[in-house]
Amino acid sequence: MALSDNTVLQFAASSATNLSAKVHPLVIFNICDCYVRRPDQAERVIGTLLGSILPDGTVDIRNSYAVPHNESSDQVALDIDYHHNMLLSHQKVNPKEVIVGWYSTGLGVSGGSALIHEFYSREIPNPVHLTVDTGFRNGDGTIKAYVSANLSLGDRQLAAQFQEIPLDQRMVEAEQVGFDILKTNMVDKLPSDLEGMEVTMERLLALIKDVYKYVDDVVEGRVGPDNEIGRFISDTVASLPKLSPAAFDKLVNDSMQDHLLLLYLSSITRTQLRLAEKLNTAAQIL
Amino acid sequence: MPRSFLQVAATEEVAPPLRVVQIEGLVILKIIKHCKEFSPALVTGQLLGLDVGSVLEVTNCFPFPVREEDEEIEADGANYQLEMMRCLREVNVDNNTVGWYQSTLLGSFQTVELIETFMNYQENIRRCVCIIYDPSRSNQGVLALKALKLSDSFMELYRSNNFTGEKLREKNLSWVDIFEEIPIKVSNSALISAFMTELEADTPVTQCDYDRLQLSTNPFMERNMEFLIECMDDLSMEQQKFQFYYRNLSRQQAQQQAWLQKRRAENISRKAAGEEPFPEEDPSNPIFKPIAEPSRLESFLITNQISNYCNQINGVAGQSFNRLYLMKALHETGQDA
Repeated sequence: MALSDNTVLQFAASSATNLSAKVHPLVIFNICDCYVRRPDQAERVIGTLLGSILPDGTVDIRNSYAVPHNESSDQVALDIDYHHNMLLSHQKVNPKEVIVGWYSTGLGVSGGSALIHEFYSREIPNPVHLTVDTGFRNGDGTIKAYVSANLSLGDRQLAAQFQEIPLDQRMVEAEQVGFDILKTNMVDKLPSDLEGMEVTMERLLALIKDVYKYVDDVVEGRVGPDNEIGRFISDTVASLPKLSPAAFDKLVNDSMQDHLLLLYLSSITRTQLRLAEKLNTAAQIL
Repeated sequence: MPRSFLQVAATEEVAPPLRVVQIEGLVILKIIKHCKEFSPALVTGQLLGLDVGSVLEVTNCFPFPVREEDEEIEADGANYQLEMMRCLREVNVDNNTVGWYQSTLLGSFQTVELIETFMNYQENIRRCVCIIYDPSRSNQGVLALKALKLSDSFMELYRSNNFTGEKLREKNLSWVDIFEEIPIKVSNSALISAFMTELEADTPVTQCDYDRLQLSTNPFMERNMEFLIECMDDLSMEQQKFQFYYRNLSRQQAQQQAWLQKRRAENISRKAAGEEPFPEEDPSNPIFKPIAEPSRLESFLITNQISNYCNQINGVAGQSFNRLYLMKALHETGQDA
């Protein structure tokens, strides 16, 4: 019985089945920067990913740092001291961020990856492997996340299989800063409050126009109706609270007056400051 | 006209003034991450980069651990900094300090500590900049990033630690001239811009737009007003100090005059009697002891803060008006339809 147990080919799927990961834009930026600054001979850069596991099991990748390494045909030498030093330094700043995996540039998993993955498996159970195709080899800068599953024959490890896991690449933080700033090569000036507002309003107006056009088209029969879109539109319109015009006017006007008052107060304060400055210098002349 | 090497060397000492701070997108994201994670606690970190003519390039940065008031830990902090610099150099990051960044709460950063830190940095590096980020404003879709430096004339004055009215008048320095704001440019490597273009979602609205159209700015305004009022109180305290000083000064001058007149009358009578007159000055007399003039630095800083709050209130109120009118227009067309 024991013998037959040993000969079963075990495919340990571990907990990888419904694991997913979320990557923050900073990590991508960091990886790209490291890749741009890689040593002359290096083909790729690798590094440690830091972050946390969210309550729902998603691996939240929030930070990263590069680790110098040397790669030959069948060997990978990782600067483990460096890795540990950097980890200590990062944990001093934010103890909540722990190792969640490692990254490498390039498309897909390469031969040396299994060795590095094994090293990280000793640091934490089930690390995530993130690949970022900085070479744009298939034309669209693929970013993928993998976990490894062990393929073992009894006690003997045969191979490690990298399984791709879903990766959430929504860049909410980047959106907050504004893609306009992050995606162009050079921005001469940060947008001021009002300029940003203008852009947003223009976008909103364009959206409203689009919706109008769509509804008109459907009504006139130029476009086939889509129930789902219709429901979205009706939900959106319904989300406007129904207020009587008088109540609405009062609401707007009250708010307007509050703000005017604040503006007035701040203008008075400014005038006062200017006045005080003049008076102070006058007092010195006496 | 040919110049000697000495002349060339002498002229090249004059560095061009700092015009632009050029920040990489990476640094912006790093600063935001650090400041936001610890908000509302205030945090700092170091900026690394290059000083190229009139442009200061900030190409990387790293955060400092939250500081504690402990000698041992302070030494630890210095070690951390060295270690971090060494590690970053190994992966070819620019290993040159160009300043520091710090988070702020509603822009209340104009303090003596900031000036002191700046002076410390300035001693070691020729050109230094301080980047201020306000996490509380980012919820409104605003990138509240500012690059500051102290003006040269102010630094000179601060070194001599002389903030009397006379000195300030001589230098023609008012509270506006303490800090200089430097325009910020953002640069990204081609690789980054390729990735970001690739990753940018197709949706026509972004998080930033949602934030900007948020109607409730009241909590922000309230805090701002609270801070403004606090500052006003502080300012009036400072003013009282000055009034006290001027009152003392005029009282002393009156006393001095009275003493002088008495002494002169005495001397006239002594002269008439053929005696040696007393000197007209008496340093040992307490009424001739000069009264120290209180430093104006504090009131200058408070004034700066106040004007900062006023600017913020103006800015946010302006945005709110936009939103209100937009809402009104939307609602009215909605009614008509």
